[in-house]
Amino acid sequence: MLLTILRNDRGGQIMLSVLLATLIAVPLLNLLVPAGNPLHVPTYLVTLMGKYLTYALLAIAVDLVWGYLGILSLGHGAFFALGGYAMGMYLMRQIGDRGVYGNPDLPDFMVFLNWKELPWFWYGFDMFWFAMIMVILVPGVLAFLFGWLAFRSRVTGVYLSIMTQALTYALLLAFFRNEMGFGGNNGLTDFKDILGFSLQADGTRIALFIASGIAVIAGYLLCRYIINSKLGRVVVAIRDAESRTRFVGYKVENYKVWVFTVSAMLAGIAGALYVPQVGIINPGEFSPLNSIEIVIWVAIGGRATLYGAVLGAILVNYSKTVFTGLMPESWLFMLGALFVLVTLYLPQGLAGIVNQFKARRSSKQVTA
Amino acid sequence: MLLTTKLKQTLLALGTAAAIGFTTLAQAADDTIKVGVLHSLSGTMAISETTLKDTMLMLIDEQNKKGGVLGKKLEAVVVDPASNWPLFAEKARDLIEKDKVAATFGCWTSVSRKSVLPVFEEKNSLLFYPVQYEGEESSKNVFYTGASPNQQAIPAVDYLMNELEVKRWVLAGTDYVYPRTTNKILEAYLKSKGVDEKDIMINYTPFGHSDWQSIVADIKKFGSDGKKTAVVSTINGDANVPFYKELGNQGISAEDIPVVAFSVGEEELSGIDTKPLVGHLAAWNYFMSVDTPENKEFIKKWQEFTKNPKRVTNDPMEAHLIGFNLWIKAVEKAGTTDTDKVAEAMVGLEVPNLTGGTAKMLPNHHITKPVFIGEIQEDGQFEVVSKTPEVAGDAWSDFLPDSKNIVADWTGKETGGTPCGNYNTETKKCSGQNF
Amino acid sequence: MMKHLLTLFLFSLLSITNAQATQENDVLPTILPLLQENTVASKQQAINTIATSSDPRKAAYLQALLAGELYLHPDGTLALITNNQALDAKTTEALQLPDTEFKKITTTNNLRSQLRKALEQLNMTDPDPKVRLQAATNLLSTITPEIAQYWRQLLGTETDSKVKAALQLGLDLADLNATEKSTRLQAIQLLAGNLAPEVRKRLQPLTTDSDPDIAQAAQRSLKQINDQIKLYSYAETLFFGLSLGSVLVLAAIGLAITFGVMGVINMAHGELMMLGAYTTYFIQQLLPNFIDYSLILAIPAAFIVSGLMGILIERTVIRHLYGRPLETLLATFGISLILQQLVRTVVSPQNVPVANPSWMSGSLEINSVLSLTYNRLYIVIFCLIVFTLLFMVLRKTNLGLQVRAVSQNRAMARAMGVRSARVDALTFGLGSGIAGVAGVALSQLTNVGPNLGQSYIIDSFMVVVFGGVGNLWGTLVAGLSLGVVNKLLEPWAGAVLAKILVLIFIILFIQKRPRGLFPQKGRAAGD
Repeated sequence: MLLTILRNDRGGQIMLSVLLATLIAVPLLNLLVPAGNPLHVPTYLVTLMGKYLTYALLAIAVDLVWGYLGILSLGHGAFFALGGYAMGMYLMRQIGDRGVYGNPDLPDFMVFLNWKELPWFWYGFDMFWFAMIMVILVPGVLAFLFGWLAFRSRVTGVYLSIMTQALTYALLLAFFRNEMGFGGNNGLTDFKDILGFSLQADGTRIALFIASGIAVIAGYLLCRYIINSKLGRVVVAIRDAESRTRFVGYKVENYKVWVFTVSAMLAGIAGALYVPQVGIINPGEFSPLNSIEIVIWVAIGGRATLYGAVLGAILVNYSKTVFTGLMPESWLFMLGALFVLVTLYLPQGLAGIVNQFKARRSSKQVTA
Repeated sequence: MLLTTKLKQTLLALGTAAAIGFTTLAQAADDTIKVGVLHSLSGTMAISETTLKDTMLMLIDEQNKKGGVLGKKLEAVVVDPASNWPLFAEKARDLIEKDKVAATFGCWTSVSRKSVLPVFEEKNSLLFYPVQYEGEESSKNVFYTGASPNQQAIPAVDYLMNELEVKRWVLAGTDYVYPRTTNKILEAYLKSKGVDEKDIMINYTPFGHSDWQSIVADIKKFGSDGKKTAVVSTINGDANVPFYKELGNQGISAEDIPVVAFSVGEEELSGIDTKPLVGHLAAWNYFMSVDTPENKEFIKKWQEFTKNPKRVTNDPMEAHLIGFNLWIKAVEKAGTTDTDKVAEAMVGLEVPNLTGGTAKMLPNHHITKPVFIGEIQEDGQFEVVSKTPEVAGDAWSDFLPDSKNIVADWTGKETGGTPCGNYNTETKKCSGQNF
Repeated sequence: MMKHLLTLFLFSLLSITNAQATQENDVLPTILPLLQENTVASKQQAINTIATSSDPRKAAYLQALLAGELYLHPDGTLALITNNQALDAKTTEALQLPDTEFKKITTTNNLRSQLRKALEQLNMTDPDPKVRLQAATNLLSTITPEIAQYWRQLLGTETDSKVKAALQLGLDLADLNATEKSTRLQAIQLLAGNLAPEVRKRLQPLTTDSDPDIAQAAQRSLKQINDQIKLYSYAETLFFGLSLGSVLVLAAIGLAITFGVMGVINMAHGELMMLGAYTTYFIQQLLPNFIDYSLILAIPAAFIVSGLMGILIERTVIRHLYGRPLETLLATFGISLILQQLVRTVVSPQNVPVANPSWMSGSLEINSVLSLTYNRLYIVIFCLIVFTLLFMVLRKTNLGLQVRAVSQNRAMARAMGVRSARVDALTFGLGSGIAGVAGVALSQLTNVGPNLGQSYIIDSFMVVVFGGVGNLWGTLVAGLSLGVVNKLLEPWAGAVLAKILVLIFIILFIQKRPRGLFPQKGRAAGD
């Protein structure tokens, strides 16, 4: 089964092996190697890598709709943030009476704003299973509704992109409002523990890191499976010639809505894994600029390859981490230049380098 | 299969190489004491925060010229959290774990402080926070050198009420936690002074709001019924310019409806055309125009450091200066940079501020500050019209029902023996602490 | 400038006559110690002393104090300093400058309003009817029976009809508190329909008067006034909406060219506006004495700066990306990051001050409840001019023809001999230049800083898409209508919710009309 999914996917094979190796090696290096040893991986690095992995999952979700379905979503950050908020609400409820005001029912910010009881939409979030369902359901339903409306009325191309941007922008403004009951600009923070384990314990950190890694692997296999299936072929056909596919008799809208919803759910899961690792979720995640950045990770890694998305997400964010520390004044120049140069000279992204190289060699062989 | 094992090996090697890279960076130069500077140098908050980064560099430079501290030189570690709140937490962790900084000076917005707070508490490191904020917090690891609401908002309202005989109040703010809390405190305060509900108008706008036409028209209407009206503005940085421009253009002068602001200082004024603002008020704990020898010297040093004879100073800069001097003094007193010992030594220390008084670190990790009310002049400076003696910073407001009974005392005197930042005097319980 | 010279002149002239005046009239010895004391209370007393004195120079003193032109030397010399010229108040002789010892006598709001009131009293007998009108209007709120007595005298000699009306209004207001019921009733009736805020202020308490007749009459008059105010407030909302809309149109119209006509998703559009705003700043820095003309210069300059930057971007980056619109998004996003950081590094990460020319400040008063602020008014007009010019360029010029040809069918246009590369560069330059011009307008409304562009880019895209990509009319209609809708919703929903509702409206609208308000028809409409 696994082999059939990954057949003909050399990049995916490599990527997954590397990922698997890291997933095994990093916890071992963190737990077994003593702190003074140069081989020791400090916990903050583990968390950092865990964060990159959630970004990688998000990038896979974007690549699924952009690379294979041809929908450039500038609003995937919204699904990511919604998943994150669902997780954040669970973590918030876990604080219980350990908040600053010691109120067992209300999160601190509600006490702060003189709220007397928990709003209805917060009910159930004290249960992990419920929150996890919401992590998938909320982005899924939103994507379904949005897709159902947009794809049926055949909104395509840049119109669709701008609409997704409007969606995330509207959500950004809405979540900024303190009346919404999601903590306004400050968002949700000051989390204590998850499933009874302290979020600050090394063990929890590593568990979250491994969970993120497994989520990336599972998300990758799922997307690869979808693409390899008959459905996937129709999806690619839609990308390449939507009208023709429609004339052949396929219900284009249904395919689009379906894939779009799956992608949003994956983004939601990524968000849910992101929040406990960074310790805060706030409306800034809805910012349209964030969503554009996600698209850029995919473009840099290489569109329509899936493993390229993973590569791009990790690379861009790693360089961000390094550059914001090393040259705080000029890192934006580097980042900006990177975006421009990759678009100009690597239209297929980093994953495309291999193909470009291969193509060149084979053409040489032909002439020889 | 062989290929994959080989690959694994190479990758393992690569991974360890990266890890080594990280650790070697951290082990550089052990003979200096590192100080973290955590201010956004890009993104929306760069406007305000870059100045504070420069202030810290200047202060550290100065201290090194005096021979450093404990016989070691200080070394600033500057990072850019890029106005991105989760990145603040990540960078704070970097500073503490990788660079092993002895203390960090940083943050501007409340949300950035909230984001890094768990990191500082978990890693037991010190943060100096230099900006006026909403209060309702006292952490073992944070020293709040900016004003809490009772050191800025309430004296300002007192001035309007007593000196200008204001009877109607517009509380206008940006929709986030600082204005919300400040306005709630002020509303309760005004009501306690007998102001009627219908004489208070509260309005919230989003960040960077630029179209003020309708709101200013509303304020104009609200102020036209005969009673003296004033606006208490907690409008955040960027939205202020269009707000004041609209006020000026709709013909509302400071004499008709004065606006007292808590977020408009010299730095902000240097970036705008001040004509429409002349006569409006601001409340701070420091003004560049305060005429003391200490202040003159500070301004001179700052202008030399930035090589700009027109560069202005502002309140959060003074807060950093006070915080830095307190930290140096505490480190010298404790004889170490160990977090717990420095924090213990810190409480009760006094250093001179720039306005001729002293700043004392209180057991609740807030400091004493005088309050100045100034009128904006055409040159972007403030004319002080009122000044109070030093006011002690209150972490938990007495005007909010839920925090009335809460006190903070890190010496444990008022909190039943155990140091606590969040002690309920009724239930005799300490809550909300992570340790 | 003129005003300063006038004060100076007035001061010295009066001083000469003063030299002959009797010693008792001179107010200087009395106020000097008060001014030296330098407290709010002492200054208040000084102003009172001046206002009630018969010193012929009293108007000059008050004016100088109000303008902040009076300076005090530690040795007790009081001087009037304007434009680096100093006059000794006592001897009226010119003083040597610069003298850093002089300290300005500062005033606070309370003092300034006291000064203004005192000056207005004097102005009631000014030869200029405009000044008299201003004074009478400003003094309405202070009217008391004694002042009314004085005003009645003035009314007898007044010749100007407008001033007469203002005086009469004051007398009517005074009559509201008269002892005779008939006088009061008559005054209430006369005041019906008068929109001056003072009238409402005085009528309000009378609606609950112990005398039912008075209360009823007051209620009737007040209702009449309020109905009118309501009507005007609709007009005001419409104006607010149009002005917000024209800002949106200005921000979006350049994008309508680069994005709408050329298909480039130009994320650096906002930064091109920012460059335009910074150009305004630099021009004001270069010519600090010509702020009033700076905008006139800034408009072409910003057009050139942003236009050239646009051409540069097109030639180096976008040229390689035609036919791949989504990739232009990525590249231009990178460019926008670079431009932002460039401004931060080269200029400063702080905002920079851009002054409003005097003709952009203040407002056009239609009546006392409806006034249109000049900066908004000019921006509405400016927006329409820019739109018309752009429209003409695209419709009537050769370049416009070529632009449209290339955007509709590149291959065919080239076959017909259009140099498409040149046209592309010029079109992008045109769109960018317009963005720069929009930046000049924005510099008059909001902060000029590195983040200026970011705050408008998303709105701009919404406007273009809502109006229909590739259609200038669509952009105009979309921008203006979104502005008006936003302002109509605002009082009812608040600023944030109004914006969210508008966004949701756009999303739903696009479902109904997937190509915007004015979809392109024919072959050009294909993707």
